[in-house]
Amino acid sequence: MTDLGPGEWDLLLRLARRARLLGRLASIMDETGDIEQLPASVRDQFVAAMVFVSQYQRTARWEINRILAALEGSDVPLVLLKGSAYILAGLPPSRGRLLSDVDLLIPRDSLESFEQTLLAGGWESVKLEEYDQRYYRTWMHELPPLRHPERLIEVDIHHTISPLTSRLRPDPEKLLADSIPLADSRLRILQPVDMVLHSAVHLFHDGELVNGLRDLVDQADLFRHFGKNAVFWEELVARARMQGLLRPLFYSMRYTNRLLAAAIPGAAMAAAGDGAPGSQVLRLMDYLIEAVMIPEHPDIPRRKRAVAQWLLYVRSHWLRMPPGMLLQHLARKQIMHWKHRKATAGTLVQGKQ
Amino acid sequence: MLAGLAGEACRQRLTGKGLLLKIGPFTVEVRSDIDGFSHLLRQFYGQFSLVDAPAIADFHVQIVRPGGVRRWWRPQVQFLLDGQSPFRPFQLGHAFPLFEWGLNWGIAMQAHQYLMLHSAAVERAGKVLILPAWPGCGKSTLCAALVSRGWRLFSDEFGLVRTDGGELVPLPRPTPLKNKSIEVIRDFAPDATIGPAFHGTRKGTVAHLQTPDASVIQSHIPAPPAWLVFPRYRAGARLHLKPIDKPQAFLKLANNSFNYRLLGLQGFQTVTRLVRHCDSYILSYSNLDEAVETLNRLADA
Repeated sequence: MTDLGPGEWDLLLRLARRARLLGRLASIMDETGDIEQLPASVRDQFVAAMVFVSQYQRTARWEINRILAALEGSDVPLVLLKGSAYILAGLPPSRGRLLSDVDLLIPRDSLESFEQTLLAGGWESVKLEEYDQRYYRTWMHELPPLRHPERLIEVDIHHTISPLTSRLRPDPEKLLADSIPLADSRLRILQPVDMVLHSAVHLFHDGELVNGLRDLVDQADLFRHFGKNAVFWEELVARARMQGLLRPLFYSMRYTNRLLAAAIPGAAMAAAGDGAPGSQVLRLMDYLIEAVMIPEHPDIPRRKRAVAQWLLYVRSHWLRMPPGMLLQHLARKQIMHWKHRKATAGTLVQGKQ
Repeated sequence: MLAGLAGEACRQRLTGKGLLLKIGPFTVEVRSDIDGFSHLLRQFYGQFSLVDAPAIADFHVQIVRPGGVRRWWRPQVQFLLDGQSPFRPFQLGHAFPLFEWGLNWGIAMQAHQYLMLHSAAVERAGKVLILPAWPGCGKSTLCAALVSRGWRLFSDEFGLVRTDGGELVPLPRPTPLKNKSIEVIRDFAPDATIGPAFHGTRKGTVAHLQTPDASVIQSHIPAPPAWLVFPRYRAGARLHLKPIDKPQAFLKLANNSFNYRLLGLQGFQTVTRLVRHCDSYILSYSNLDEAVETLNRLADA
């Protein structure tokens, strides 16, 4: 990359920033030692991005430290998910990775006592609307997020990895049972195959693909890292089959391969092919995913991308809940949105920071 | 130099591929479809260098009119940073203050290669005087007064401190004078160029004081900090320059920074070094002439 021209650098930095991958790019250049040879203006932006990332990662570590302190004396296992798992376990996706919340997986029967412990420790519920509370508690795979008023980061407490209303129903007991301890044994992470499956479920069946490319980069990293162990691929496909997650695994392999050259072994790809959708749907998904993942030029927004984003958003809701429930949910959201607009009309959001 | 570009050429650049300006250490790409803005940009940034395209810009700014009814009915102007709008539009007539304010916001959010103090900074004889902001302190007024008496303007808003060497980096921009300050500076420095007054902004009436050419031309030359002066304006107050100890100065300065916490250990080390190298004072004053004279004496001692 050291031979890019100034115009190319300019565009690359803008695209990476928009995709929340600037820190990631910076840390790659830092590791390879190439950062010293870059134009000063690129180096400055990379340095700033790395400062930003380390603050976020430090904040996440501190939040976990505070949760452990609040939990003292209890024996609830704390299973870290996604960003905080990568960071605390020092896995490759943690390089330059931003994260805005700490995600935890807690056994369902410990959920209430865990939430009460945090509330007693000063954390507060971020979503205060009664509807939001009910929505999370009856339909979702996580509690309404908590945040400690002295800190900026949110804590998301999951009891499984896919919404309760979704057609995917992986068994969280198995995830917990096979989780593995970190050096600090109070903390655990999912075993490698489950970690990959969770990221895939989140990206392809739950998220709105806001940070889609970032999540896909995580998955490519995990494939490259864990895939060095030959048994990983067989275990991965077997686990996906058992948990009914072949579809998201298929998508994850397909798109990390196509867009990020993840070098998925042919045999694994073929085995996960049992999870492929029909050829019509697949063609549509190829089109939509590529439209959304490939960053757009900041000055030339493409309607194609906006439409694809919207369709995938609708799809994520479709997968998340049955049609009747979906209609009801969207109607409630719209009414709340109008009410909120009415309540805040006239107040300008023009704070300094 | 931007002034070397004729008005029409400047307008064309702004509506087309964009104008690349060197503002302190930053390269800023500006685009705009608003005539009045083009005119004021050329006036206030006339002495600033143009950068040849293609270039690696730190900020890509657009000052543009939103679509929809707001194009015609009570027209507005929007600040876009990298194609995204971080805050609500202003009335169309306030395009220039919006640019200034928006760029400040962008710098504060992004330029973490520096420790960023929310301070004015001016230089004399190769050493920098830092004037941290605190509520009602009169930082901008005092800074404008010093600059009109020959101090080199580093910045009215940002003390950019290098985390490697501790030097201050100049970021001269037009100084926004607010409300009563406008008349105060007109009286204090009758030769100073002050732009049009914008009424009813978030901060009341704002008018911009032109940066002296010498400050712009030397804006690539950093300098080490030597004095840390916390100004405290109070009507009728007697002039008093009171030394403060280093721990106190440290706490005040850390709290004054935009990104002290974000920089973590580096922030701590940079503020520590800065406080060690500076003599720190609280300056109580009401009369600008006396305040400037006192600071001149401090610098010349």
